[in-house]
Amino acid sequence: MQPRAASERFFDTAFKRLALIAALAVAAALLWITCIVALRALPALSEFGLEFLVTSTWNPPRNAYGILPSMYGTVVSSVIALMISVPIGLGVAIFLSEDYIPPGVQRILVFLVELLAAVPSVVYGLWGIFVLIPFLKEITPLRGPGMLPAALILAVMTLPIIAALARDAISNVPIELRQASVGLGATRWETIFRVIVPAASSGIIGGIMLALGRALGETMAATMLIGNSTNNISLSVFAPSSTIAALLANQFAEASGLQVAALMYAALILFAITLVVNILAQVVIRRLQRI
Amino acid sequence: MADEQAIFPDSEPVIDVENWNVYYGDFLALKGIFLKVPKNKVTAFIGPSGCGKSTLLRCFNRLNDLIPIFRAEGRMTYHDQDLYASDVDPVQVRRRIGMVFQKPNPFPKSIYDNIAYGARVNGYQGDMDELVERSLRQAALWEEVKDKLKQSGTAISGGQQQRLCIARTVAVQPDVVLMDEPCASLDPISTLKVEELIHQLKENYTIIIVTHNMQQASRVADLTAFFNVQVVDGKRQGYLAEVDRTEVIFQNPKEEATQQYVSGRFG
Repeated sequence: MQPRAASERFFDTAFKRLALIAALAVAAALLWITCIVALRALPALSEFGLEFLVTSTWNPPRNAYGILPSMYGTVVSSVIALMISVPIGLGVAIFLSEDYIPPGVQRILVFLVELLAAVPSVVYGLWGIFVLIPFLKEITPLRGPGMLPAALILAVMTLPIIAALARDAISNVPIELRQASVGLGATRWETIFRVIVPAASSGIIGGIMLALGRALGETMAATMLIGNSTNNISLSVFAPSSTIAALLANQFAEASGLQVAALMYAALILFAITLVVNILAQVVIRRLQRI
Repeated sequence: MADEQAIFPDSEPVIDVENWNVYYGDFLALKGIFLKVPKNKVTAFIGPSGCGKSTLLRCFNRLNDLIPIFRAEGRMTYHDQDLYASDVDPVQVRRRIGMVFQKPNPFPKSIYDNIAYGARVNGYQGDMDELVERSLRQAALWEEVKDKLKQSGTAISGGQQQRLCIARTVAVQPDVVLMDEPCASLDPISTLKVEELIHQLKENYTIIIVTHNMQQASRVADLTAFFNVQVVDGKRQGYLAEVDRTEVIFQNPKEEATQQYVSGRFG
């Protein structure tokens, strides 16, 4: 047995260290961003405390800040979006993983669905302003930008994420399970809904959570379509609303002093919401995988 | 080729295959099969890889329907009913002709739900607890799992999983049970248990088993069908070389290829 060459050992160690540095850098960047945001939010934190979360005023001239309307808008627009995109996305995923259509056509459709995710959000926003809102004004009480068009566009934007990830999860279900179910005298639909989808549920939930994260943090399209009403909460989907991301995007340019701190505080809250969503997703996925 | 009616004169054929040909695309993969499967007996399919024994097995419950390029010709009847007639629902066929697969494939559900699933999709109205217990007892698994019916069917040993799959199959109360190398991934002790089970099951069911293990065929089967391969245009084409009582196939086969195969000289 020959000892390993010195050069080989050197590359081994060097690669190990490089990988370690890369991994640490990612963690450090996340930590750094969090710290800076928290630090800059401190003045607003000490000024408003938890009051910030339940106050419905955003008034820079009077330095009075609260983000309840924006939090409401963030959560509600995302939830409405997912209520639309989850069933459709799951349907698309099932359709594209079964053999209803020739494989060639299927590949093209899969590609097109994934392409939906590649459209820049500003393009969705433009389309929303010039096509969707005028159309909705014709058929609903909507008078301009508002919750409904924003939620609809968020639904379109999250659809490809759900469809692609759910399809992957479904096609990763072992063929043996399908055969077992069919072999017991189950129909195609019984097999899909009682065996395949449950077996793929951890992947599907993962996709939904990723889509939720995307919807909560989506900035450009929301800003362009939601109407940016930061001072009141309306239960109507036809009324203007706001999201935290839209609030930040609209105000950072002219902000100074306490307003910057308030925006940083809002950013921290958005960060916390997405963090909670991600942790919940992990918990749900773990629990499902144990069965 | 011997006439199976003469082989088991008392047993009526459950499945009758006449001049059965299977094509994958344009290629004739399984050629000219004639076979009568006797009731309440164990029929073993043996033969080298690629001889089409699993393909034929999957024809009986129309599982090959899931393969887009599959096509078959000939006549296959089950109690005198054409299995491939246009008005036959494959779902109904599979309810009467159950299947146990090569790899244990329990659903990622509880042991209880694994058994109950087939009964539920078939609209079973009776006492589910009773059915679950009876099916697990039939599969000689009840004593081992009776205290953990809520646990996942994938969390038990491979041998237990395969017996769970057998229990799941008999829970649908089929008439015929197809077994595609059911012991291929099991250890010798589990294999023995499954073989004992096959002996018990033939009281109530007609069993067709594909196996690569010739000792297994000689231990469990009443009737043995030997399939062979011939190369046509560079592809392997299967055909039924000889079928007879198991002891005849193993001790005094008519075909030389059968003699060579069962004595381990090829395959």
